[in-house]
Amino acid sequence: MNEESKKVLVEPLVDNNPITLQVLGICSALAVTSQMTTALIMSLALTTVTAFSSAGIAFIRNHVPSSVRIIAQMVIIASLVIVVDQILKAFAYEISKQLSVFVGLIITNCIVMGRAEAYAMKNPPWESFLDGIGNGLGYSLILISVAFIRELLGSGKLLGIDVLPLLKDGGWYVPNGLLLLPPSAFFLIGLLIWAVRTWKPKQVEKADYAIMPAHGEVH
Amino acid sequence: MSSTLDTNELSQPSGWKEKARQYAEHVLTLPNDSFEKTLAVAFALCLAGAVLVSGSAVALKSLQESNKARDEKVNILEVAGLMPDDGNIDAAFAKIEPKIVELATGSYVDTIDPKNFDQRKAAKDPAMSVAIPAEEDIANIKRKAKYAKIYLVKDAGTVKGIILPVNGYGLWSTMHGFMALEGDGETVIGFNLYDQAETPGLGGEVVNPKWKALWKGKKVYNLSAKSVQESNLSEKGQNIDIGEVALGLVKGSVDPAKPGSEYQVDALAGATLTSRGVSNLVRYWMGKDGFGPYLAKIRSARG
Repeated sequence: MNEESKKVLVEPLVDNNPITLQVLGICSALAVTSQMTTALIMSLALTTVTAFSSAGIAFIRNHVPSSVRIIAQMVIIASLVIVVDQILKAFAYEISKQLSVFVGLIITNCIVMGRAEAYAMKNPPWESFLDGIGNGLGYSLILISVAFIRELLGSGKLLGIDVLPLLKDGGWYVPNGLLLLPPSAFFLIGLLIWAVRTWKPKQVEKADYAIMPAHGEVH
Repeated sequence: MSSTLDTNELSQPSGWKEKARQYAEHVLTLPNDSFEKTLAVAFALCLAGAVLVSGSAVALKSLQESNKARDEKVNILEVAGLMPDDGNIDAAFAKIEPKIVELATGSYVDTIDPKNFDQRKAAKDPAMSVAIPAEEDIANIKRKAKYAKIYLVKDAGTVKGIILPVNGYGLWSTMHGFMALEGDGETVIGFNLYDQAETPGLGGEVVNPKWKALWKGKKVYNLSAKSVQESNLSEKGQNIDIGEVALGLVKGSVDPAKPGSEYQVDALAGATLTSRGVSNLVRYWMGKDGFGPYLAKIRSARG
């Protein structure tokens, strides 16, 4: 694997993570992370769609008229999302019921569109495919971490299996109901972004303005 | 291919393919923003997308439908407590007979084939459904089908169980489920809301097997000699008269020693609105607007 391939595959995991650095794809990250199972399937679906749509778009990138550029990308993305949705309904019916509308909403997920526009329109199919996989994995990493915390502390389970015995079932753990509500994912993602930026200070954005010093301190 | 092909093309069947290939090559040489190329690329993309989508939809349809049918059977078997250990759904389902009941009269209807009757679709069809006046609509479902598809569990000719479809609004979603009663039309076998989108972990706990197990053996109607206090979750704390629906959720734990506990099930912790929705949908569907007339007939037939 050459340098470029490795870069596009690994960089989106932490250094250029679509959620923590670019802050894209937040809506679904809030909605499907109350359980690990749904988060895993959602990650898989999004990674597949991003990879194949990027490859498809890269394949025709030299022949896409710029006036219908976005629509052309959307046609490819939307077709792939519907195919993924159909496959889930056929082979993972239970989970497709839980994910319900969110699979369809991958179409509007900013990560898929963002990669199509930012990378696939300028690069060959194989690299675009890897870029899609890389960004999908970056999204998955955050989604699964958030789901891990939410399911473990919110319902004392992991992947639906009891881990922390709940007080109401005779155990000792009192679940934190807040973690099951969508806003908790906001807090968790916020904390994750904080953690990543403390670890990699390069990611900290420059302040748009500086606070004026107090009068007495002006030199 | 249509019949309008001219003789020249008929004599060489690959003619149109050749032309399409030549045209594709011609289009690829055009500048990207030319009018013709924009149209051609858009058309080709739409065609490819359509083929992909319809291909997958057609190829996977039978699998999806069998999933759906199996899912429905599993829901019914589960609520009736008949889920087979060997996983042979169809064999277990052979004991169950679907029937159509007219809600208003409570009698069976033979003119509608249960196989083709979809109650949820019927509830949206103006010819098959009625609007529910707001003051009666405690389950908050706005419309209901005139007929309901129920399932009878039969064993050696006698009805052992009656499975009734119910629905009602919780906090976020309309919950759909089944109430399974014993042949006496009064005692609960099981209650299962299989289709809901309540908050996972709070209202979503309606799917928790431990909570569902609480319903078994509860009584729907107050058939005792005196009125009982209504469950403390419903809107008004009134008394339930003799013969009325008494089953409902109560906040806190049900004390089995107290009178009236046979009508009470623990509410869901941290999910007051979902619990209220569940109470209301049970009251609605077991009451006079739901299966009340039908169940009254069952009870009187038993004496």
